[in-house]
Amino acid sequence: MLIKKPDEIKGREITPPETYFNRRNFLRGAALVASAYATGKLYRQFAVPDAPPQSAARLEGVQPAAAGVPVVGDPRTAFEDITHYNNFYEFATDKSSVARRAQGFVARPWTVKVDGLVQRPREFDLDDLLKLAPAEERVYRFRCVEGWSMIIPWVGFPLARLLAAVEPLGQARYVAFQTLHDPKRMPGQNSSVLDWPYVEGLRLDEATHPLTLLASGLYGQTLLPQNGAPLRLVVPWKYGFKSIKSIVRVQLTSEQPPTTWNLAAPDEYGFYSNVNPNVDHPRWSQRRERRIGEFGMRDTLLFNGYAEQVGPLYAGLDLRANF
Amino acid sequence: MNAADIKFTRFAVFANSVVPLTLLAWDAFFHHLGPNPVEFATRTTGVLTLVFLVVSLAVTPLRQLTHTPWLIKFRRMTGLFAFFYGALHLLTYVWFDKFFRFGEIVADTFRRPFIFVGMTSFLLLVPLAVTSTQGWVKRLGGKRWQRLHRLAYVAAVGGVFHYWLIVKADTRIPYAFAAALGALLAYRVVKAYQTPMKTPRVTPN
Repeated sequence: MLIKKPDEIKGREITPPETYFNRRNFLRGAALVASAYATGKLYRQFAVPDAPPQSAARLEGVQPAAAGVPVVGDPRTAFEDITHYNNFYEFATDKSSVARRAQGFVARPWTVKVDGLVQRPREFDLDDLLKLAPAEERVYRFRCVEGWSMIIPWVGFPLARLLAAVEPLGQARYVAFQTLHDPKRMPGQNSSVLDWPYVEGLRLDEATHPLTLLASGLYGQTLLPQNGAPLRLVVPWKYGFKSIKSIVRVQLTSEQPPTTWNLAAPDEYGFYSNVNPNVDHPRWSQRRERRIGEFGMRDTLLFNGYAEQVGPLYAGLDLRANF
Repeated sequence: MNAADIKFTRFAVFANSVVPLTLLAWDAFFHHLGPNPVEFATRTTGVLTLVFLVVSLAVTPLRQLTHTPWLIKFRRMTGLFAFFYGALHLLTYVWFDKFFRFGEIVADTFRRPFIFVGMTSFLLLVPLAVTSTQGWVKRLGGKRWQRLHRLAYVAAVGGVFHYWLIVKADTRIPYAFAAALGALLAYRVVKAYQTPMKTPRVTPN
């Protein structure tokens, strides 16, 4: 019987060690690893930055929402997402960078000047202003013009309470708002992407509507800088950019005030900017929205689901012409 | 550069080109794409498409300026990666934005300039990807093939315009791409005027 001997490997076929541990191969391996690492690093520069969790001061004595405020059944958007996905060009134009860039923004001391067509113009210290009415928790839908939405438990009181304190005159028909203009504290204002300061406006009946909120907190805590500390507007039936942040001035006027995004692109962002699935933005559809934290798309609701409460404000108004 | 070196460098370019995709998939798996993962994936694949288009268009000028003819070996690969990332970009829109509602996609394409421009630019890349093989170069003939592949410039210009159209206010990155593309185009134009028509020269023996 013949037992096959294993093939012998001929000596001349064995790779000599000097080739095996070849300098060239080593260099190639090193070049491959180093270049892939560098590419990865470069990619990471543009990826979503790490988002260290942040928290703010707990607010005491927050009341439940006033009677008549519609209850939103959908789950609330995570605090992490609300605080790390922000359009706030005063700090950065990239939504995921705002939290980091806004860190360290000091919102105290803070005053809010309320003047214009009012009986009692006044410059409020923030703490005095916040004492005008008890803070309540209002869970609202929040719909951005870009097509995403959140459910946010705001803390604040109706803007009407502030306006009542200064007693608007009969000629007052509009309310103008202004964000802080301080490029040292808001570095995004050093770039000219928008005309600073950011300004917004509402019709007086919109401003005094019971759903229109002057918010000083969310999730039971004071507002973080990226969400508009220390005081912002929340108009839940309008696209998010109407809800101006870090307000320093409120002025009652007889003429419709200018608004920042309308000045930037008049054909794209109207004065009203009510959430409306039937009126497209010129560049994209407003029919659906992506709820942050969800994978699918939801149908967008007329007036963001607040048609019953705010529809009468616009009776007889052509919503397509007055977008 | 010997053949083995070129083979290795091609492998290295390939490996580097899939690094962004690998990291994107990794981040997606570990929920590291931020609060709006779909938006992030769409934007990232879109930007990568433009990056690879610009890189593939930069190969020839770079090769001529640095006298490194072997660089041509990477033009097809980087061009195909542009097509690949472009296809992924389109897929994120068709799948995660529209959930394969093709009627809506068609309506969107004709109603919205930015989608129309993006769609057109991608479609222009399809014949380029198909005819990227040696076989097709032979079939079409070098001259015709070259003329067809100038469409890459049209697609790149369209891609940058598409990006610029969707940005709300901060147009710095689209402008950076436009500048890169403008430089590459200017190089070609200057080159075309500098190089006289090739006439056969009679060389004395």
